Amino acid sequence: MAGKIWILLQQRGGELHPMSKEAIAAGTRLADLVGGEAEALLLCAEPGSAAEEAAGYGVSAVRIVRSAKLADYTPGAFAGAVAAAASAAAPGWIVLPHSYQSVDYMARLAHLVDAALVPEVVGFRRDGDDVVWTRPVFTGKLQSEVRVRGDGPVVLSVQAGAFAAESGERSAPIDELEVDDAGIEPDREVLGVEEVAGEHVDLTQAPIIVAVGRGIGGAENMGEAEALARALGAEIGASRPVIDSGWLPRDRQIGSSGQTVAPKLYIAAGISGAIQHLVGMKGSRCIVAINKDASAPIFAVAQYGIVGDLHEVLPALTEAAQEAKA
Amino acid sequence: MKIGVCIKQVPDPEARLSVSADGRWIDEEEMAFGINEGDEYAVEEALAIAEQAGGEVVAVSLGPERAREALRKALAVGAGRAVHLADDAFQGGDCWATARALAEVARRESFDLILTGSQSADAGFGSTGTLLAALLGWPHAWLVVGLEVEEGGGSARVTREMEAGKNELLRVKLPAVIEVQAGINKPRYASLKGIMQAKRKELAELTPADLGLDPARVGAAGARLEILSVSVPKKGEGAQIFEGDAQTAARQLVEKLRTEARVL
Repeated sequence: MAGKIWILLQQRGGELHPMSKEAIAAGTRLADLVGGEAEALLLCAEPGSAAEEAAGYGVSAVRIVRSAKLADYTPGAFAGAVAAAASAAAPGWIVLPHSYQSVDYMARLAHLVDAALVPEVVGFRRDGDDVVWTRPVFTGKLQSEVRVRGDGPVVLSVQAGAFAAESGERSAPIDELEVDDAGIEPDREVLGVEEVAGEHVDLTQAPIIVAVGRGIGGAENMGEAEALARALGAEIGASRPVIDSGWLPRDRQIGSSGQTVAPKLYIAAGISGAIQHLVGMKGSRCIVAINKDASAPIFAVAQYGIVGDLHEVLPALTEAAQEAKA
Repeated sequence: MKIGVCIKQVPDPEARLSVSADGRWIDEEEMAFGINEGDEYAVEEALAIAEQAGGEVVAVSLGPERAREALRKALAVGAGRAVHLADDAFQGGDCWATARALAEVARRESFDLILTGSQSADAGFGSTGTLLAALLGWPHAWLVVGLEVEEGGGSARVTREMEAGKNELLRVKLPAVIEVQAGINKPRYASLKGIMQAKRKELAELTPADLGLDPARVGAAGARLEILSVSVPKKGEGAQIFEGDAQTAARQLVEKLRTEARVL
């Protein structure tokens, strides 16, 4: 089952997006597993420092696909460029980071190269001639093992935090992969980028954060969390559902689409622990989880936990914190 | 403007899940289901656009008999009619198999715009809408937090979420598939009148034959992925859990935070 593995790098401001390194880690491990070669592809108008950076992470080569049509990210141009390059090289596996940009075009790419699609991979193993992929289902409460039927190529994305990036011993060669870009077209017009309005609370500097999730039950219960935050001298944060429901303003959101924080103490109250939230807070020094569901994924990253009703635990914790201070 | 809105019925976010006896999915017995969160926002977005620009909203769902409830709910909040791909042959597919079936509905309906959520809360591929767009030869946008159909209906201004608190502003030609992100609007509740009217609205059940589709190309038979098992993820060392009543547990926790973790 040997074959070529392509890892599609993502740039941010000319630099390598951190999740690209994890995608390389997954791609090189996959190469070891199936006996293939892992190459990194950089789609760009100008390569910046990303190609050199990627070359140090254990791939056998970094190939630059250069076209003026790749200056702005559009799914049509990016998927089109990879498909054009793939028609000659015929990679067996195409690995992308499970990022907001890469996921936006990977299904379009799977369509163009007629590939099976395995999003959000967190692990894989070999079973005879098959690769068995592990990916979360039910927002991470469960995981599934899946197998691709048939022999066609596979497009997969790699979840953040699942594969640790490891820099290699030597730097891989960098070259340009000639691709005919005549048939490649941006399929949408990029008008600009805006900062999300209202992001003025800087949670990244808070030493303690009390973060609430859907389990708080409603804006009317927010006082329970606020009382605890006051007792601890903490800032209030939240997971996405709380923001979407309008219980707290958007500048309190922690997670992949909000702020990334790493306080010394993070108290997650009524947060189940979807990966989009975990990526924004798992670097915290000490994590406490309070949830009524003992099987919630948040307990896996927490150091301490209380399984119980928030409406009882939060006031009790506030009282205990006040007693301890007194 | 004729707007299709693709919705999926999934377990209630608060439901406790257990693995089914065959080890390949969940036990659905006595489980509460509802419209997938992102899709609920897509329904609202579709209704708002139709109210402003005029036109019809058609709710489409691929799912077993129980998914009828989700379609009824979409009708109750204002969708004009519904299409249900309930046939057994449609079930158990991956994003390829599901997108193929939805694409055939879209072709027959000649939608000007398709809205759906960005990701389902069960299989969570996050790619079915994009694949649907690719199969139709339409553009798409994923993780959309703002949408405005432009004068004449030939294009839309789209705000798409990026990482780290930034949004991308785009113009997308229509027809397109727009995959909305939760929080894009405030979904309305069904009125009693709406619920009553929904009972008289058209809810068509279609089979693969009705859509001219080979049953081997949809559902589990047409999927490129086969689920081997579903399980509870293995956890690391896990959290130290404090038991007992809330007061006792809270005191023990604060003590540990002071003396062991030294963060208070």
